[in-house]
Amino acid sequence: MKQKFDIIESTCVPLPLENVDTDQIIPARFLKATTRDEKFFGDNLFRDWRYDADGKPREGFVLNDPRYGGCILVAGANFGSGSSREHAAWAIAGYGFRVVISSFFADIHKNNELNNFVLPVVVTPEFLSELFASIAADPSMKVRVDVPAQTVTNLATGRSEHFEINAYKKYCLMNAMDDIDYLLAQKDKIEQFENDRNP
Amino acid sequence: MNTLFDKIWDAHVVSDIEDGPQQLYIDRLYCHEVTSPQAFDGLRSRGIKCLRPERIFCMPDHNTPTHDQDKPIEDPVSKAQVDALERNAAEFGLTHYGMMNPDNGIIHVVGPEKGLSLPGMTIVCGDSHTSTHGAMGAVAFGIGTSEVEMVLASQCILQQKPKSMSIRVEGTLGRGVTAKDLALYLMSKITTSGATGYFVEYRGSAVRALSMEGRLTLCNLSIEMGARGGFVAPDETTFEYLKGREYAPKGEEWDKAVAYWKTLNSGDDAVFDREIVFDAADVQPMITYGTNPGMGMPVDGSIPADAAPKALSYMGFSAGECLLGHPVDYVFLGACTNGRIEDFRAFASIARGRKKAPGITAWLVPGSWKVREQVEAEGLGDVLREAGFEIRQPGCSACLAMNDDKIPAGKYSVSTSNRNFEGRQGPGSRTILASPLTAAAAAVTGVITDPRTLL
Repeated sequence: MKQKFDIIESTCVPLPLENVDTDQIIPARFLKATTRDEKFFGDNLFRDWRYDADGKPREGFVLNDPRYGGCILVAGANFGSGSSREHAAWAIAGYGFRVVISSFFADIHKNNELNNFVLPVVVTPEFLSELFASIAADPSMKVRVDVPAQTVTNLATGRSEHFEINAYKKYCLMNAMDDIDYLLAQKDKIEQFENDRNP
Repeated sequence: MNTLFDKIWDAHVVSDIEDGPQQLYIDRLYCHEVTSPQAFDGLRSRGIKCLRPERIFCMPDHNTPTHDQDKPIEDPVSKAQVDALERNAAEFGLTHYGMMNPDNGIIHVVGPEKGLSLPGMTIVCGDSHTSTHGAMGAVAFGIGTSEVEMVLASQCILQQKPKSMSIRVEGTLGRGVTAKDLALYLMSKITTSGATGYFVEYRGSAVRALSMEGRLTLCNLSIEMGARGGFVAPDETTFEYLKGREYAPKGEEWDKAVAYWKTLNSGDDAVFDREIVFDAADVQPMITYGTNPGMGMPVDGSIPADAAPKALSYMGFSAGECLLGHPVDYVFLGACTNGRIEDFRAFASIARGRKKAPGITAWLVPGSWKVREQVEAEGLGDVLREAGFEIRQPGCSACLAMNDDKIPAGKYSVSTSNRNFEGRQGPGSRTILASPLTAAAAAVTGVITDPRTLL
């Protein structure tokens, strides 16, 4: 959903697993929808880790743990690997996450998050492990993500890091503008390119 | 600098956004039914048409059943998605190869087969295995649905240029060692994230020696190392494969095209951001033991002591275990990874004169109707039926189990597909990735078997 980004301060949901693939984020059987119903995808986020075969919540999975909540998901390295399914980003957005923090994202999924106004924040492995420790020690601790300043801060320890985002995407996020809006305004350039290539 | 990747990418840059991505022109967009409906909805809600409909080809493959395709799809949700693609293609004036159309099949099998994917092109699809088309000497990569919408609307997408990586494999692959084994070997060395941020050029004598089918398998699996895509520079093998294909250039245009394609290679002065070299002699027939494709080992090897416990517990294996002789329940031959004619030839070479083992359920699913036709034309259908196998109708099938080809919970599947993630082939399914030879060896013995013992 298009929404403007500025400063976000929130508690976190920790998922200290590495190589979380998009088949786990949203299993293939939920890809049959023909509409972009974020609530449907959000309800099935991490479906098979979250619910058993009978649809009963699995005790011990973090989304079923009332101690954790907020709009920031904190995940282990190589988050979003595997399938290109944008449904994974729709599920994350649909559940209510606006930021995902990890030390490493898979390429396609990272783009998919950005295109759905979910901000992937890449931090150092040290920052990430300290953050997991802070959340474990106090689930009510908060993280501040300052998009204009491009900083992420663990408010429990005060540790802060700069994160990368290119100026164009930052502008898009802060102004709720997407790539298609941009490309539609480029029609002349596209035709020029085609003409130059095939004189 | 001056790599083939740079040459193709840079020739497609329409504009540079300051401090931002590049606007990249796309020569070919493929659409399947799963990742496109929301993109077409986007066009409708913006009230726009496709800019270059002639560059876009659509076909259903993920949901299609592998039997009775002449009858309506039983699952109403799958049917709705397949029907939506047909309606969208008609509304936006795009070529569509529907179910039962002789041109239908898995999009990554059909594209090269019809000559739609050509050297020097930029090719995208809402599917991570779009990297497959890199085998033609193209820059091909998977994208999300928002990006599909961008290409439908403008024939362009906004992308940061990835870095370039050279993976050079020198020497000769041993007997019973296939392109699939090479890919599984590379993943086991590089890990599933080792090539993230890169575009890979596969080079070296072992790569040059691969057939087009082998190159398609190798490039297909680039994404499983985290790479956005991977390709092989076009050469005589490529031209030979393409000549006469429906959408390949003809006559004088062909000669002009080949002359241009011959210029598509990395210069002697090319500088890659990363270079890795492997020796083909080190590659053995491979299987996976865990829940990502990087968790692989030689078929006669032992599971590493430091393997992830969560993965081993899901698979029901233990560290140090050798899997030779481990019982198998299902065998799957197919997918955009290994659903081509050469894969059926390999499988049949082991099945010939043997019988499917009792208790094994085998799904042999050609990647396209054309592959199925050729399997029959070469007499492989008879060999396989004689051995107790059935050849199904084309589609993605049990690779991701969106149709009714699902591996039941707890069952072991030796699969020629591309991913062994938890639940990939059905909730609770346990997938062991392997080559068509190793899959055939499991199918005729009922257990994990080194295919070299049956050649």
